[in-house]
Amino acid sequence: MTETMQAADDALLLGGVRFSSRLFTGTGKFASRDLIAPMLAASGSELITVALRRVDPKAGAQDILRYIPASARVLPNTSGARTAEEAVRIARIAREAGCGEFIKIEVISDMKYLLPDNAETLRATEILAKEGFIVLPYMMPDITVTKQFHDAGAAAVMPLGSPIGSNRGLEMKAMIKRIIEASRLPVVVDAGIGKPSQAAEAMELGADAVLVNTAIATSSDPVMAGKAFALAVQAGRLARLAQLAGEKEYAEASSPLTGFLRS
Amino acid sequence: MQITLNGESVSTAALSLREMIIEQGFEPDTVIAEVNFELIKRERWQQHLLREGDTVELLSFVGGG
Repeated sequence: MTETMQAADDALLLGGVRFSSRLFTGTGKFASRDLIAPMLAASGSELITVALRRVDPKAGAQDILRYIPASARVLPNTSGARTAEEAVRIARIAREAGCGEFIKIEVISDMKYLLPDNAETLRATEILAKEGFIVLPYMMPDITVTKQFHDAGAAAVMPLGSPIGSNRGLEMKAMIKRIIEASRLPVVVDAGIGKPSQAAEAMELGADAVLVNTAIATSSDPVMAGKAFALAVQAGRLARLAQLAGEKEYAEASSPLTGFLRS
Repeated sequence: MQITLNGESVSTAALSLREMIIEQGFEPDTVIAEVNFELIKRERWQQHLLREGDTVELLSFVGGG
């Protein structure tokens, strides 16, 4: 099997839906919303996050959905929720408003670090999974909680690499590695991925997908950045499937150590 | 009558939800409306009559990660 065929067959299943791209993206922070569609086309991303907010009539029409082509699936998030109840309310509104069954649970109670509240996120997951949602919880990397998300009916877990919007990459690398080992659910590394090399690193570790928003949206060329992240995710995924050999303490010659031409 | 609109007390002369949305300067094609924590579909806005003290949220999907 060629690498191309392998990649084509290597779809990710989430909640019964097939994704051929393992790069998920977000709609936040774009200088122009008109960049979202070409970014999606360049990156091949098939799942993109949106948020729900009160409308400010002075700010003009704000509906981001009209900037997302029908070929991409919308993943509403529950950002702004501080409790499970608030997250559940946002999820129900998003579904009623026609956004489908996917929901990214994001419950954050601290505005400085923007770290997820795993206990409230787990409570919201239990409620929404029972209501038929395809629940993707954004979480603090924790193996015990990963198992609890599985039992609560989540479709995946989304551990953070580093704080939202920080571009610091896989600060949580050691824990993410253990979660990938132990999780029976797909693992999507979300938040903090600032460079394609960090996305590739997450995929090499065995992540099933990554979610990148800030790094793409705040670059000078989000369309090109989207493409760069897509290539990195593909490279990292293929490297994982190829089962690269481990590190060695000392050098090991790549050329034969016999038959030297000696004078 | 007084209602609470997006967390603020607002005085409205509108009878229906749809009239209030237009009266208050919102773009009806792009908002999602919740009255007393219940989502009201756009096709029901004209027949949905507001009552004194109603809590109305007008929401929209925005960019987010």
